[in-house]
Amino acid sequence: MIEIENLSKAFRDFWAVRDLNLRVETGQVLALLGPNGAGKTTTVRMLTTILRPTRGTARVAGYDVIAQPEKVRAAVGVLTEGHGLYPRMTADEYLDFFARAYRLSPPTHKQRIDELLSFFGLADARRKQIGQFSKGMRQKLALARALLHNPPVLLLDEPTSAMDPASARLVRDAILELRSKERAIIVCTHNLSEAEEIADQIAIINHGKIILQGSPQQLKRALQGTARFRIRFATPLNSHTPALVKGAELLQQGEDWLLYQTTQAHSVNPALIHHLTQQGFPILTIEEQVYSLEEVYLRAVEGKLQDVH
Amino acid sequence: MSIERLKDHLSGTFLVAAREVREQFRDWRIIFPIVVLTLFFPVLMNYTANRLVNFVQQYDAPIIGERLIPFLLMVVGFFPISISLVIALESFVGEKERMTIEPLLCTPLSDTQLYFGKLLASLTPPLFASYLGTTVYLIGVMYRVGWHAEPLFLLQIFVLATMMALVMVSGSVVISSQTTSVRAANLLASFIVIPMAFLLQAESALMFWGRYNALWWVAVGLLIIASLLIRSGLAQFRREELLEREMDTLNLRWIGKTFWRFFKGEGSSLWGWWRSEVLRSGRKALLPSGLTILVLLLGGYVGASQAKVFVLPPEFIQENWNSGEIVNRLGNLQLLPSYTVGLVWFQNLRAILLASLGGFFTFGVLGMLVLLLPFALIGYFMASLAQVGISPGAFLMAFILPHAIFEVPAILLAGGAILRLGASFASPARGQTVGEAWLKALSDWAKVMIGLVMPLLLGAALVEMLITPRLALWLMTR
Repeated sequence: MIEIENLSKAFRDFWAVRDLNLRVETGQVLALLGPNGAGKTTTVRMLTTILRPTRGTARVAGYDVIAQPEKVRAAVGVLTEGHGLYPRMTADEYLDFFARAYRLSPPTHKQRIDELLSFFGLADARRKQIGQFSKGMRQKLALARALLHNPPVLLLDEPTSAMDPASARLVRDAILELRSKERAIIVCTHNLSEAEEIADQIAIINHGKIILQGSPQQLKRALQGTARFRIRFATPLNSHTPALVKGAELLQQGEDWLLYQTTQAHSVNPALIHHLTQQGFPILTIEEQVYSLEEVYLRAVEGKLQDVH
Repeated sequence: MSIERLKDHLSGTFLVAAREVREQFRDWRIIFPIVVLTLFFPVLMNYTANRLVNFVQQYDAPIIGERLIPFLLMVVGFFPISISLVIALESFVGEKERMTIEPLLCTPLSDTQLYFGKLLASLTPPLFASYLGTTVYLIGVMYRVGWHAEPLFLLQIFVLATMMALVMVSGSVVISSQTTSVRAANLLASFIVIPMAFLLQAESALMFWGRYNALWWVAVGLLIIASLLIRSGLAQFRREELLEREMDTLNLRWIGKTFWRFFKGEGSSLWGWWRSEVLRSGRKALLPSGLTILVLLLGGYVGASQAKVFVLPPEFIQENWNSGEIVNRLGNLQLLPSYTVGLVWFQNLRAILLASLGGFFTFGVLGMLVLLLPFALIGYFMASLAQVGISPGAFLMAFILPHAIFEVPAILLAGGAILRLGASFASPARGQTVGEAWLKALSDWAKVMIGLVMPLLLGAALVEMLITPRLALWLMTR
């Protein structure tokens, strides 16, 4: 479990993270979304104890990041922003070094290295120098390093970046599988569909502050205040703008479609369909426009949304 | 520390060191110079030694050859360890630049384990090369010239090489902690390279002079410097700060603001500031002032011991002492300057500022040496007087004590503040960056200087100009 209370970090006069409050239960994945420089990496670094918070507290797997940093580090698996791999070592040597650094006993760690290398499809490359690895292979090896000591908390910074679709799928599945094994996971990502797929909770961070937090569904609902509908016509509109009924507001118009919004869909939609048909605009389809997570994210970052949790 | 903890600690240190050494031996840029300096260079030096010995023998100057062979031995031992500087910079700041240090910092390995592991890794290959190169050279001169090294001299060369490598590596860690790129670290490395070049020249001079025993003092000096640098490196190699510093950027606004915040403190009026801030900073300087007392006493003792080496003619002392002429003559030595109060005050202040500047770069060591000098002179004069049967107490009473009542506390406080300023590099408080700790120590130093030392020195200058000469004359001519 990860509990963060008023966590803040200042670099001289600049507040990189300010009054962050988050809670990730075991078995949950939290996706931390935000533009570059929003404070995601600083947050992860504070949770791994390699940055000391200026104020506030955080408990990771039950340990305090300020008072018990060594225990926190032993309980956390980290995939850092850069891979952090040594190019002149082989994959085997690299994992062996980190297994010893995490104080795993030799018989256990050999077995664990075999398991992870096989899982990520790197078994054949285990004796190759890391310098010869592709970007995707490096990312997988870095992920294997994060999982070596079977940590109860995982902090993954851009886990699928630079991966081909098949490898990214493998990693996403791995994250989902790891969640089911009672782990608390924080994933920092720019990939919104990935966040939607793997995360139970999403927190959008900007200028060091959480500006929006909730499940993907909650976030989308938050934006759904006024329902939007798109009507597609059987024939082109030929630059005519059909008159709408009272309560429907035109947002956009295309060659054979129009987009409107209404707060009283139950009464306005039947009346509008009837009205348009009578005016000689045969309707092909009508569908509600649901906001994508990308729209939620962009609007949140632009400051147009309030917290929904 | 229990045996189990020590074992655990050492295993972590060796783990880090072993990984780095393994990687180094896969890098041809490190292997190539090591091989050249271990095998090719000693053979070349052998050839040079042989030719030069034969050459100087033609002119009946065998001593040059005798001195040259050990000198070349030192050179052969030094060249490979010069690589340690590059390896250390690469190990500390290179890892930071490539971001490979972050996963390492996320492991349960402690900062001390990481620091000593890297230190060991930076030392091992160059020292191995140095010892091997020295051995190759020794075997060569043994067969070609028939020269055998004394075991003690050999030990001296090995110890010197080890100490020099230790100073270079520990110094480069301090540099690495203040930079974020290898390029910047290489630029700053001249702070190590230039002093080491001077040291090598000094060692060469000692060897050609035949003062081999003095080399032990060089080794002791290097050990002290290395200990201070290691202490400083350990204090600065803290994972919480390694990745957070904007150290390549000179933020004058932040520096000014932070200094002013520390300097102003909680004082709302001038008197309030003096009472709360100046006295608080003065109290902080008290403990290091105790150390200053020891250093000044040592200065007095060293000065006194030199009176037997550099003896003043007894008739000169007695004649001057009895006629009171010594007052004027000592005035020429600036113990009793014939200046104005302002000039005396300025001169003393200048000496203390010079000591502060020296102390700033050397953990306070050079500052202490500057402060120690007048006390060595006083010790020398007192011992010289005692040698000709004149009471040194009278000299002390007449020439020193009146203004010393003000001057000595000023020197002690200044010494304490200088030591704190120098030590701030070595041991910044937890939760503070080195920059913040140094600015805090600098503000304490400034408060002590402005609030205590300068007024005390003014009092001393007044007494020195208005009372001391009269008292001295009265005592001399009584």
